[in-house]
Amino acid sequence: MEPETIELTEKQKKARKRRNIAIALGLVALVVIFYVATLTKLGPAVFDRPM
Amino acid sequence: MALVEKHSLTDASEFRVSEAMPGDFLALLKPRVMSLVVFTAFVGLATAPGAIDPFIALIAILAIAVGAGASGALNMWYDADIDAVMTRTARRPIPSGMITPDQALTFGLILAVLSVMTLGLLTNLVAGGLLAFTIFFYAVIYTMWLKRSTPQNIVIGGAAGAFPPMIGWAAVTGSVSLECVVLFLIIFLWTPPHFWALALFKSDDYGRAGIPMMPNVAGEASTKRQILAYSVLVAAVGVAPWAIGQTSAVYGVVSIALGTAFVWYAWKVFRMPEADRTMGAAKALFGYSLVYLFAIFAVLLGDVAIARLIGG
Repeated sequence: MEPETIELTEKQKKARKRRNIAIALGLVALVVIFYVATLTKLGPAVFDRPM
Repeated sequence: MALVEKHSLTDASEFRVSEAMPGDFLALLKPRVMSLVVFTAFVGLATAPGAIDPFIALIAILAIAVGAGASGALNMWYDADIDAVMTRTARRPIPSGMITPDQALTFGLILAVLSVMTLGLLTNLVAGGLLAFTIFFYAVIYTMWLKRSTPQNIVIGGAAGAFPPMIGWAAVTGSVSLECVVLFLIIFLWTPPHFWALALFKSDDYGRAGIPMMPNVAGEASTKRQILAYSVLVAAVGVAPWAIGQTSAVYGVVSIALGTAFVWYAWKVFRMPEADRTMGAAKALFGYSLVYLFAIFAVLLGDVAIARLIGG
C-alpha cells in the first residue's frame, strides 16, 4: 500500500528553496566569521599549542 | 497505544507546510528597531577609550544587532495574540500566518544563544553578559511581565533599548563607566516621551489589545504632563557628556539646541487641546524624538572622533 504523502505546491517549493539558500548563506557567513576572528584574535599563536 | 494515536498524523490537512520566505524571518527581528540598536551600539563602541580590532568591532556590532533581533523574535512569539488585534502589528509574520509561534520561538532562542556566545568569546564576558541580560530583560521582564501589567511598562522596559551603547562600550573596555551610563540614561529617559507620543495617537489600538499604556490608564492629561517631565529630563541628560568632560563645547551647544527643541515639541503636546483628535503635536513629537536620538548620538560620535584626530 502506498504511504500517504503530501504534494508541495509551487509556492511551498519556492519558499523552501529560498529558506534553504538563506540557511546556507548564514552558515557560510558563520564559518568565515569564526575563521577570520580566530586568526584576528590569536594570529600566529593559533599554532602555539604546548602539549 | 493511546499515546501513539495522539501523536500520529491522522489528517493530512492538519499538517501545514510552511510558505515562509527568508524575509518573513527577517521581519521577526524588527529591522527598524535593529537599525537604531546598531547605530547606538556603534557610537558606544567607537567613543570608548581603548583599541579594538576593526573586524572584531564589526562582529561585535553584528552580534549586538542579532541579539536585539532575537529579543524582537521572542517578543513577537509571546505577543502574537495582541499583535493580531492591533492595526500597527496585525501584519507581523505570526498573526499573518506566515510563521508559526514555535518557529519564531526556536529562531529567537537560537539567535540569542549564538549572539551572546559570539560576543562573549570575541570581546569579553562583560559585553556578552550585558547582551544576555538585555535579551532577558526585553523578552521576560518587559514582554512577559511589565507590558500587560503596568502603565510604567515602557518606562522600565526602556532599559532594554538603552543597553546597546553600554554593550558597545563594554566590548572595548571590558567594563562599565560613567560615560556609558550617561549614554544609557539618554535612551532610557528618551523612551517614555517617544512611546507615549505614539500611544496618544494609537491609544485605540492599545486599548483594544488590553495593553495598559499610560493614555488608556492615567488619561491623556496625565500622559502629556509626564511626557513634558521626561522631555525636560532627557534634554538635561543629553548635555551630560559635555558636563562630564567627554566632549567639547560644540557638542554641548548642539545638545542644548536639540534638547530645547525636544522640550518645545513636548510643550506643544502638553498644550494640545483635548478635542484635537488629529494629534498633530503628538505625531510631530514622535517624529522629532527619532531625529533627536539619531542626532545626539551622531554629534557625540563626530565630536569624539574629531577630538581624537586633533589629539593624534
